[in-house]
Amino acid sequence: MVAITSPAFKENAARALADPGLQKALGTAKGAFLQRRAQAVANLPEFEQLRNIGRDIKNHTLANLDFYLEAYESKVKAAGGQVHWCSTADDARAAVLEICRKAGARTVTKGKSMISEELGINAHLEAHGIRPVETDLGEYILQLRQEHPSHIIAPAFHLNREDWEADFRRLHTDLPPDRVFHERRDILAEARTKLREKFLAADVGITGANFLIAETGSSVIVTNEGNGDLTQTLPRVHIALASIEKVVPTLEDACNMLRLLARSATGQDFSVYTTFSTGARREGDLDGPDEYHVVLVDNGRSNMIGTEFQEMLRCIRCAACMNHCPVYGAVGGHAYGWVYPGPMGSVLTPSLVGIEKTGLLPNASTFCGRCESVCPVKIPLPGMMRHWREREFERHLTPAAQRTNIGLWAWFARRPTVYRWATRAAIGALGLLGRGKGAFHSLPLAGGWTKGRDLPVPEPGGTFMARYAKARRGQRV
Amino acid sequence: MSKDAILGAIRRGLKRGPLPADQQAMLAGRLASHPRHLIPARSRLPRPDQVALFVRNVEKEFGTVERVPDLAAVPAALAEYLAAQNLPSRFVLAPNPDFEGIPWTDRPLLTFERRRAQASDQVSLQHGWAGIAETGTLMLPSGPGRPTTLNLLAETEVVVLRASTIVGAYEEAWDRLRAESHDVRSGGFMPRNIMFVTGPSRSADIEQTLELGAHGPRRLHVILVDDDAAALPPGDATPPPPVAVPGGPAAPGD
Repeated sequence: MVAITSPAFKENAARALADPGLQKALGTAKGAFLQRRAQAVANLPEFEQLRNIGRDIKNHTLANLDFYLEAYESKVKAAGGQVHWCSTADDARAAVLEICRKAGARTVTKGKSMISEELGINAHLEAHGIRPVETDLGEYILQLRQEHPSHIIAPAFHLNREDWEADFRRLHTDLPPDRVFHERRDILAEARTKLREKFLAADVGITGANFLIAETGSSVIVTNEGNGDLTQTLPRVHIALASIEKVVPTLEDACNMLRLLARSATGQDFSVYTTFSTGARREGDLDGPDEYHVVLVDNGRSNMIGTEFQEMLRCIRCAACMNHCPVYGAVGGHAYGWVYPGPMGSVLTPSLVGIEKTGLLPNASTFCGRCESVCPVKIPLPGMMRHWREREFERHLTPAAQRTNIGLWAWFARRPTVYRWATRAAIGALGLLGRGKGAFHSLPLAGGWTKGRDLPVPEPGGTFMARYAKARRGQRV
Repeated sequence: MSKDAILGAIRRGLKRGPLPADQQAMLAGRLASHPRHLIPARSRLPRPDQVALFVRNVEKEFGTVERVPDLAAVPAALAEYLAAQNLPSRFVLAPNPDFEGIPWTDRPLLTFERRRAQASDQVSLQHGWAGIAETGTLMLPSGPGRPTTLNLLAETEVVVLRASTIVGAYEEAWDRLRAESHDVRSGGFMPRNIMFVTGPSRSADIEQTLELGAHGPRRLHVILVDDDAAALPPGDATPPPPVAVPGGPAAPGD
């Protein structure tokens, strides 16, 4: 599995904030996804109803997940495919390796897949002498750079055009070093040429799956580049990696989810390629793989069922939550320290790898609620982050100073009279102390707060409660 | 075994054992009846407007469309498109029975091979199975007459689509597939692969800025055959000549 640096979230975030290249990339990207999504949603008056239906489809499927997974498996088999059930990441890696070995594979092309990142498929294949080649443009450059994706649909979100040009010059050494990249499309053209050779040479193609369909035994991928389709069409063997919650009952259910997915993700009405794969090559077909395998992965998800985190399994990985998150927008995806960044990651990562190492993630939120307001399947992300904070507190994982402060606050909060008296006193004191200043740049005992931001000096007029009471008295007259 | 472990964990979470037979039957019924959900109103239009919506949406997604009166007009339309784009007149042709009667000899400069696509092909001519007006999407089920590689390997993909096969929403195309297609291997209706294609390939991976021409075709051109009198634009509604292409199949599709 991918190494985890979530325990160092604070250091990661501080480094990210001080990284000019990253800040430039985040600044360039900022707003693009938001505007496109808003436009796509505005163009579809039924969008809100489709969200409710999407939520209900996923809830129905999760409540009957055992039934739908078995129905799905029987249809895959009927179409000449195989399903490999894998409880753990180890099982899944072993299943993929065995299929590749049986196929005598030397190189494997790969479509973009977050579950592949979660399982660490590439490192496992490399360790056993098989060369994996990422073919999504963003994943391709990250493989060259030996980095992990910083975003679940735009893996190279953290890079600038200069990075692409420098890396291509450094690593495509067979091309003239003084070649000029006039436009972004010249970079794209070079990657296209380079990867074409790989597509044609690969023995096995590995893709993810956006949906699995119980009615037909199909796996669905959604891409814009066409790399996923080349990956699953040209080699002799196709492996689809999918986690258990990807299943939906019917093609009609899938259509509802597809109407939500592209609009929420890239702001397109529909992605360029939405492809349904069902089994292996048929009699008379002139192309397509001879073998079709689905590696069906649990890796901790079944443990979420029946808990307060079950609803997280509705997630369709559109990335709207991170695109709209002010924390993600400030620090980027790598700071989160594991595969899934942003709000969905702050809920999912603790579920999959444990709250012990990931307690800072659900705390890295202001609970502004934008993630929940744009989620196509209405996952209550802030509420779930709060659940994780509670679990963290209950299990005494929260740092001592924080526990003491929370305890202190709780003591006051349960005693309204004392609370009001204390806040009144504090506000009065701060007001006196900061008279004429406007804001405090530093405060004793609150260095943690004032290091990163100013504390405004309270305005005269007392606490909110005092002013509220005064206004009501005024009204009564 | 992993399967039992996974199903067991799911059932423990759901606080129940395997579903009782009556509930299983209910869910099997849902699979068999595959109920439709809300279908956006945008594609529920009179036929001419539905076809016009399809065309508009293909163009919005950077594809191009030319309408021709019948299959006999395809060679001229293709030859002129290729010349205008400065492309070679050599192409790979989908070995589709619907194309049998096309009078290619009208344009002797056009040369083609009927086969799957190869890396060296620059232009492919694919057979469109259905068009979906809602998003300007082509539905391309795989089969001997419609190889998947034709959608992927050439830099320019030209798709011949009969206007009579344009529907409003995806669900209508699925219902037609359920009715018309029979897959011998699975006993179901799904072929090995179905691609839904909306415009030419693209990527926004470099600075979230859209560039056309990633790994799939850089150009997507639709030759729309107006074989449906009811779908013609108002004013143009003269009935098309009978669909009797010499030697061609009586019915569209394959």
